[in-house]
Amino acid sequence: MAAKVLTITSGKGGVGKTTATANIGVALASLGQKVVCIDSDIGLRNLDVVLGLENRIVYDLVDVVEGRARLRQAMIKDKRLPELYLIPAAQTRDKTAVSPSDMIRICDELRPDMDWVLIDSPAGIERGFRNAIAATDTALIVTNPEVSAVRDADRIIGLLEAEEKGPGKLIINRIKPELVERGDMLDTADVLEILAIELLGLIPEDESVLIATNRGNPAALDMKSKAGQAFRDIAKRLMGEKVPFPSLDGTDNLRKKLSRLIHRTGAA
Amino acid sequence: MPVSVNVKGIHEGLLISLDEGNWEEAFPSLLEHLDSKPDFFFGAKAILQLGGYDLHAADLAALRSALADRGMGLRTVLSINEATLRAAESLGIETKVPKREVRESPFSTELQGSEAIFLHQTLRSGNSIRFSGHVVVLGDVNPGAEIVAGGSVIVWGHLRGTVHAGASGEEGSVVCAMDLSPTQLRIAAYVATSPPRRGKSLPEIASLREGRLVAEPWNPKEKPKADDGVRE
Repeated sequence: MAAKVLTITSGKGGVGKTTATANIGVALASLGQKVVCIDSDIGLRNLDVVLGLENRIVYDLVDVVEGRARLRQAMIKDKRLPELYLIPAAQTRDKTAVSPSDMIRICDELRPDMDWVLIDSPAGIERGFRNAIAATDTALIVTNPEVSAVRDADRIIGLLEAEEKGPGKLIINRIKPELVERGDMLDTADVLEILAIELLGLIPEDESVLIATNRGNPAALDMKSKAGQAFRDIAKRLMGEKVPFPSLDGTDNLRKKLSRLIHRTGAA
Repeated sequence: MPVSVNVKGIHEGLLISLDEGNWEEAFPSLLEHLDSKPDFFFGAKAILQLGGYDLHAADLAALRSALADRGMGLRTVLSINEATLRAAESLGIETKVPKREVRESPFSTELQGSEAIFLHQTLRSGNSIRFSGHVVVLGDVNPGAEIVAGGSVIVWGHLRGTVHAGASGEEGSVVCAMDLSPTQLRIAAYVATSPPRRGKSLPEIASLREGRLVAEPWNPKEKPKADDGVRE
């Protein structure tokens, strides 16, 4: 039962790493898996907020690294799901407080008892990123269908390949089908042509994610959320199930528009 | 009367040839010659061409010791005299110089060409290749990747990064790509950007014509026009 260690990273900030970590963690735990999420963004922690666990933090990752707490003491158990845990980051320190070998040590300690270890990486390519990928088995690269996000994702994949931790799997987040249809947003094929790695998930832009974050209730718990459904699909794919990708290139909308047009002109 | 000693450097060591004469005179002549340049002979491997000298094992043993005193190894003795050859064999001295196999290198060529570096990979954002000769990439060059070459650049794939050919001033350098869509293209001191592409991409070659950067399809059906770095 050795856990798989996944690092959720992106290069660019604000593309949805923390959202993805929280929601994939919740989705896997909902399928009965034992999951621990680690926030490695020391100094700018927010995985705890997205999961709605910020008022239960007693010990954090740096406390464990510096020996003030045992690993189990820092693991916050989520009350909504049977086996979902969070190890939060420290807010009053910075990335130098943790080293890559610390991360390897902690993940080795977690591996025997867990199914999944999800590490939320900070943005950038410096120490925080290096800490986050040190123990990884597979990197999940989150990007937006937007040129600067893709540029940074490409850089990250290059760095992963150089360290032989590549190439990773791709999650394209915040897709707006209407913009893709109009040619104002990169479509999936454009992104895959540059990044050329395996696609793991396509997540549509969905305001339910913003609402969920503010409430500390991840969208993957909401059966009506489209983004939530996409994250649940990712969890299934990670478990080995073949789930088809939604068509987010707007062809459904086009068909709807055409049928409305036909009805209005009275055509059969 | 001293006997003439001739020394020639060969691949296997020093070939020392003795003229015809009397061994009683030849031997001291040899030693005198060796002593005239002790540093030159020290550490050398000797191949002695003894011609017709008729020598016994004792003579050869004395010869070997004398050479050893001077830091030389008696590796081989060449002779047309039967007795000398047998004596050499009995002392464990070689009597033939092994023929050196000159293998024809499969890579020798009569055409000179010039140095190029070959990369069988896609260059990702942040990758940088700098080389004084030509650069050939079998793969894509993504936006954010850069190639700086003293010579020409060929990309067998999509060229979307930045490329500088002829970086040390060679204005005859060219840039070829299956899809020539660089963020920025330079040849020697000239710079151009890609206009937005319309339609399918074709293999193209960019070069300097009369002070302007020109990109033209790889197999032009009509003569190319110089046009302010704008694609045909």
